[in-house]
Amino acid sequence: MNELFREISSNPFTVSLDIIPVLDYEQFCDQAARMLKDESDHCVAYYAVEMQGSLKLICCIANDRDHILRVFSSMLPSGKSTVRSLSKEVPQLHIYEREIYENHSVVFEGHPWPKPVRYPHNRASKASVMDNYPFYRIEGEELHEVGVGPVHAGVIEPGHFRFICNGEKVLHLEIQLGYQHRGVERLLAETRSGIWRCVLCDNIVGDTSVGYALSYARLIESLAGIQPSRAVQIERCIGLELERIAVHIGDTAALCGDVAYQLGQVVCEALRTEIINTTQFWCGNRFGKGLVRPGGTNYKMTAVVADRILSVLKDVGLRFASVSERIYSLQSVLARFEDIGQVTRQQALSTGAVGMAARTCGIRRDIRWSHPDQYYRDYPFEPVVLENGDVLARGQLRVKEVSESINLISGLISDWRNQPDEHSVPDYNCNLSPDSFALSLTEGWRGEICHSAITDGSGNIVHYKVKDPSFHNWMALALAVRNQEISDFPVCNKSFNLSYCGNDL
Amino acid sequence: MAGLIMILISAMFFPGMILRTKSIASGRKGPGIFQPLRDAGVLVRKGSVFSTTTGLITQIAPVISLASVICAALVVPFGHQEALIHFEGDFIFFAYILALGRFFMIIAALDTGSAFEGMGASREAFFSMLIEPAFFILMATFSMFTGLVSFSDIFSHFFITGNHYVLIFSIIGFYLFIQTALIENSRLPVDDPKTHLELTMIHEVMILDYSGLDKALIHITTWLKFAVYGSLMYNVIVPAGWNIFLQIGLFIAVQALFAIIVGFLESFRARNKMNKNPKFILTISAIALIAFAVILILNLNLNP
Repeated sequence: MNELFREISSNPFTVSLDIIPVLDYEQFCDQAARMLKDESDHCVAYYAVEMQGSLKLICCIANDRDHILRVFSSMLPSGKSTVRSLSKEVPQLHIYEREIYENHSVVFEGHPWPKPVRYPHNRASKASVMDNYPFYRIEGEELHEVGVGPVHAGVIEPGHFRFICNGEKVLHLEIQLGYQHRGVERLLAETRSGIWRCVLCDNIVGDTSVGYALSYARLIESLAGIQPSRAVQIERCIGLELERIAVHIGDTAALCGDVAYQLGQVVCEALRTEIINTTQFWCGNRFGKGLVRPGGTNYKMTAVVADRILSVLKDVGLRFASVSERIYSLQSVLARFEDIGQVTRQQALSTGAVGMAARTCGIRRDIRWSHPDQYYRDYPFEPVVLENGDVLARGQLRVKEVSESINLISGLISDWRNQPDEHSVPDYNCNLSPDSFALSLTEGWRGEICHSAITDGSGNIVHYKVKDPSFHNWMALALAVRNQEISDFPVCNKSFNLSYCGNDL
Repeated sequence: MAGLIMILISAMFFPGMILRTKSIASGRKGPGIFQPLRDAGVLVRKGSVFSTTTGLITQIAPVISLASVICAALVVPFGHQEALIHFEGDFIFFAYILALGRFFMIIAALDTGSAFEGMGASREAFFSMLIEPAFFILMATFSMFTGLVSFSDIFSHFFITGNHYVLIFSIIGFYLFIQTALIENSRLPVDDPKTHLELTMIHEVMILDYSGLDKALIHITTWLKFAVYGSLMYNVIVPAGWNIFLQIGLFIAVQALFAIIVGFLESFRARNKMNKNPKFILTISAIALIAFAVILILNLNLNP
């Protein structure tokens, strides 16, 4: 075997399972560790699948600088086995190893944090339940523990946060998730109905409907070997950017709300409504559900919709620019955001942070730039990168990304006007290529969303894997609040705005 | 008597006016001015639920807290009308009867055994301890200025001492009473009554376990406290000798102004970071101390 990995330069991609090199576990580990030493490499998928009586480990590592993806795999005997852990060497793999341990009871020897991830219904050990989560403990006279959740005061998702505090200062935060596990991956693999899978993907993470639907649609298109018309591609990008704008503005409102700055909150809330109403005008749903479908579209954009989008964006863009300038120049707001919840570049790299959490720490990590798909390939795109890694940086990144996205959409719409009106209807049950591994990456507003699937000999999906950006970023949040005041936790949390259901699946 | 009635009446409008100001400032229609009263009415009709870990303290604390504010209101005069109770050093009684109410709320919060409530109780105790000097230094200043030691006497003689600097002190007094009231009543910038985030709360987190009638009592206590402080503010800026009808008009105007100031403050600024609060509160004491020093020097100059 002269090739230790399969190199792919397209996103999404489909490769036959046979051509993914199978390494022995030691080789597999060494190679993963060697690749991930490079800062521009990060792991986008690493999981285990039961196959022909043994356990196949598949790992896909993305290189942002060279714009390539590398896939390789290994085989472990099925059932309980003990192997060497990579987490100490490459901390960003800790969560993947935890997941494999939870699903297949492969024991990773030397794993520093072998804790449950999400309590899936089909987990290997039924003895592991919510109530016996092994929380980290520090004993001491002056220390106290504060447990928050899973039921929270606001209308948010369930998750348990346990703080160990010294007075007002947080020494350690541990986040326990899994309350929302719905068995999404199993449902996606078991159902044979294509339309049903689409609806499911629209709803995996309610605030990133377009991002998830797009990731799924691209995966299916790649497996089926079809490419929708350019007009459809542009429309999808517009949908994705509209979602980004809406959520970023909504987050700015929520950040203001958390520090009790009423003016910023109400103005941004009103602006967000304008954007999501525009999405509704286009496809009938404020969150863009049903907008993206594999193979084509049910809601083709019309000149009326395009004009409406442009006029709303022009108005919202101006108003958001003026209110955000006010917010981020107001002394009392800056005092709450500046140097709060700082994540260092090193921490972001070692947790494998993606999306906004990475881009605010000076890491250039944006799928639209590194592994562009659809129309982003033809459209020059520069990710916004900030250095400071604090709440302020995450707030300001949102402002910059909103204006970037608005520019992007105006450019996309003028390109769209020059495209021939070729619209196909969605193809829900297309024939997928058999015995293949496919993976698609999409930059949702929160960060990269990774969908991957494995098909059997007759082209049915037998295994489906979803990875939300929050999967990595929750750890970044836990690190961000260390040595901060406990009363600053809500604003830190909001500045990341991570997904509970994206982790729980 | 008139003072107490005025306080009770203005307390009813107070929360509604703050809400209304905030809604107008944010460009919303907002609820009517009596909405908080209606909400309290709903609460009164509901039953109370108590956690099984709580004891007697939790059940009696809201009543004691309300009673303490009513007692405090009894020593506040209105114009030339003396307060229902007045005696030498009644402002000390005023401060500590309010502290008694707070003490009970704090131990009631500890009684629930919740991690949040203990945190809130500790913050509340700390911040109210820090604001205490400001109130006493201010009262000492007034007392030295007039040579009297009871609310009723101080305020009825405040403007007739013949000292021309009175206006400066009435303005400083007004400012300091506003700040003290904001902190005592857990408003911005020290606390945020609107937040849903337990970890950032101070006063709100202490009352998380209350429901029904007890919660209504706690709300009413807060409104009354506001009105009591509003009434003190009124006393330092309006001379006691004026016509009674003019006085009533001005009283309402001062209370409304206070509510509007609170509303605007809460609309256009963010809340303090928690560890900035002690500095912020001590600054208020420092201002009171400057006022005290100034009057001390003036007194020495005026009466050598």
